[in-house]
Amino acid sequence: MALPPVEELKAQIEAGVPGASATVIPNGSPSAQHSLLLDHAHARAVAEFLRNHNEWRLDYCTLVTGVDWPDTETSEKIKVKKLVKAADGTESEQEVDEVRKTKVPGYLEAVYHLFSMEKKHGQVVLRLRTRNRTDDTHVPSLTPVWRGAEFQEREAFDLYGIVFDGHPDLRRILMWDGFKDYPMRKDYVPPADEIPVVETHS
Amino acid sequence: MRDALLDRDVFEPEEGEIMEVSMGPHHPSTHGVFRMDVKLEGERVVRLKPVFGYLHRNHEKIAEHGAYLSAIPYTDRLDYLCSMTNNWGYVLAVEKLAGLQVPERAEYLRVIVAELTRFQNHAGLIGFLLQDMGASGTPLMYAFREREKILDLFESLSGARMMCNYMRFGGLRVDATKEWLDEVRALTGRLPGFVDEFEALLRANEILMARTQGTGVLPRELAINASVTGPMLRASGVNYDVRKVDRYGVYDRFSFKVPLGEHGDVYDRYMMRLLEMRETVKILEQAAKDIPEGPIIDPKVRLRGLRPKAGEAYGRIESPKGELGFFLISDGSGNPYRYRVRPPSMINLTILEDMCLGHNIADVVIILGSVDIVLGEVDR
Amino acid sequence: MADELKDLKIELSKNGIFTTTLEELYNWGRKNSVWPLTFGLACCAIEMIATTMARYDLARFGAEVFRPSPRQADLIIVSGTVTKKMAPQVVRLYNQMPEPKYVIAMGACAISGGPFRDGYNVLKGIDRYIPVDVHIPGCPPRPEALIHAFMTLQKKIDEQALAGSTRPRHLQKDLPSEFPVPAFGEHGLEPPQNNDVFHEAAGNPLKVIQ
Repeated sequence: MALPPVEELKAQIEAGVPGASATVIPNGSPSAQHSLLLDHAHARAVAEFLRNHNEWRLDYCTLVTGVDWPDTETSEKIKVKKLVKAADGTESEQEVDEVRKTKVPGYLEAVYHLFSMEKKHGQVVLRLRTRNRTDDTHVPSLTPVWRGAEFQEREAFDLYGIVFDGHPDLRRILMWDGFKDYPMRKDYVPPADEIPVVETHS
Repeated sequence: MRDALLDRDVFEPEEGEIMEVSMGPHHPSTHGVFRMDVKLEGERVVRLKPVFGYLHRNHEKIAEHGAYLSAIPYTDRLDYLCSMTNNWGYVLAVEKLAGLQVPERAEYLRVIVAELTRFQNHAGLIGFLLQDMGASGTPLMYAFREREKILDLFESLSGARMMCNYMRFGGLRVDATKEWLDEVRALTGRLPGFVDEFEALLRANEILMARTQGTGVLPRELAINASVTGPMLRASGVNYDVRKVDRYGVYDRFSFKVPLGEHGDVYDRYMMRLLEMRETVKILEQAAKDIPEGPIIDPKVRLRGLRPKAGEAYGRIESPKGELGFFLISDGSGNPYRYRVRPPSMINLTILEDMCLGHNIADVVIILGSVDIVLGEVDR
Repeated sequence: MADELKDLKIELSKNGIFTTTLEELYNWGRKNSVWPLTFGLACCAIEMIATTMARYDLARFGAEVFRPSPRQADLIIVSGTVTKKMAPQVVRLYNQMPEPKYVIAMGACAISGGPFRDGYNVLKGIDRYIPVDVHIPGCPPRPEALIHAFMTLQKKIDEQALAGSTRPRHLQKDLPSEFPVPAFGEHGLEPPQNNDVFHEAAGNPLKVIQ
């Protein structure tokens, strides 16, 4: 028996774990692999619910990915009432087109792909998002639920800076410990690697 | 003291010495630049922390800067012993992302090269494992003898011995000639004899039995929870082979068995590779016999300017090391927005410490050898 | 050796008298027993292993034993990408090798960073920190290319003089045989290159001529 479609999953998660919220994130590609965005407070409870569920038995977390969504700007044309001076000097209120730009804050994201080894079905995709990319990059860790997420969450921490609360051993895994940057972020600028050799010809 | 993650008591003696040894990154065992910080009490392992990243070549960042097509040669260099299966994992993910179809002849050829890759990988692994155990060089020479024959086939097909760069989105780069398929059939006829000879080298060897049986046991539940895949998982008795579960390509047309182990020790993992080599030969015989004529690539696909619709896809295959998957997020442009590799070797290393605790330092080398890691994939 | 001496040598050897110079004998012994270090980093290491296996057999050139310890090795074949995390270890191993020692940079990655040159963790060529004797292009180079490189190294050893100003590094007391090991900085290695070694490479594009 296969897994139910993602809307049904959402409904059952919200019924099975009181207080949890799961938002469906649709997927535009032909693969139709939709995902569920979880809230931080109940993420671990939802994970345990999915792993221990009688029919689904999602015991195999195959992939943990970090993704960087930088700050973007949206601009929209809106009509604003403004005082406009006419040619003869009189002021009147008119509707004028104005372009308003709003900053949409970016976030970091951890994506989990779940399958079931017992029932041989899958996949369920979970997402956890941080509040922003600067000072609040914490998400709960799902390593206590699936041990296989241990190294991959460390890698997301190393390369993106996502801090996983509750991870037993969160430290850098691919870069050395003194390294300060988060290289996979979209705004990473590598340092100037070359010191030009200056030769003077007198 | 209690280790929260391992959920068991970790032995810290009150008197006596704990010796800290760093094995690697330059190490005679040829698995690559891998380091293990081992704490020993006498000869027994008390703690073990794997350290890697010495071959972190920024494959994901480079792939995100280039087009979809230009990432294919980089996938060759992930698990550098098995370039064909790496290619297949990536093009499968892109085919899921962009909704492409693959013609039948291409699917059969993909199976043939993937199974040849699996054969030479398992032979090489057994050679390296036995070399680590002290059979210095002879099994490795036998394995590389067959590997050279398979690499000859790859070279005449794709132009390169190791970094074949052979698969494309929706098919293959180059078609195989009738002579090449005859060569494959001839080689497949000789391979069962080779496997018999290879197995008979050390079948009843006392040293092999004593060193590997009971060493590095991986329990079933821990293997599933730690996302272990591949022959290591099946040696612990879990029946999960992506070829049978997902039935990607045309694998559902071939009849082959999935061997399973009972104990999950190093001996089972060694036997797993031998048995899989035999199943691989069966698949090769069937595929080489039934391969149809036809085109080898979907004619409507734009390779160079591929711009899949915005969305994401996860595609996976059963590579010789385990489940190799690629997760791609597209934003509608010609470069992948996020390109992620699921490295089976790295994830199989998660429970290296669990398997090695309590064993001697000499056993750590053979336990690591039975995990079958390739650092190009662990570090990417 | 001059032509007259060569003819004399052939005449004498026809009569069963073997003559040589000290330089020839010294270099003959050294070039035919170059023992490499087991140093494989990445994909090129597999081609290096294939070169030592039965089909290509590097042992017949004298590289019979690959030593695991740098103290006993003459040659380090840097095969594979050198990352910034691994670079201090490579330099340390090179320093631990006793003179005379040689370096073969095998593959595009060891020469210049190769296909991974844009990576943030990739060292753009091992010749930034240690002097390289032979470069082998290729990704990976075929085993025949590695054998050719070995033979080139043997020819280079053969042409080294025992005395005079052109004598090799290991016979000159004032030339260093150990090079400073780079340290891990916060954004990369410090220093990013060793200018004593690096600017000797021909055609270095970073030369700024004032």
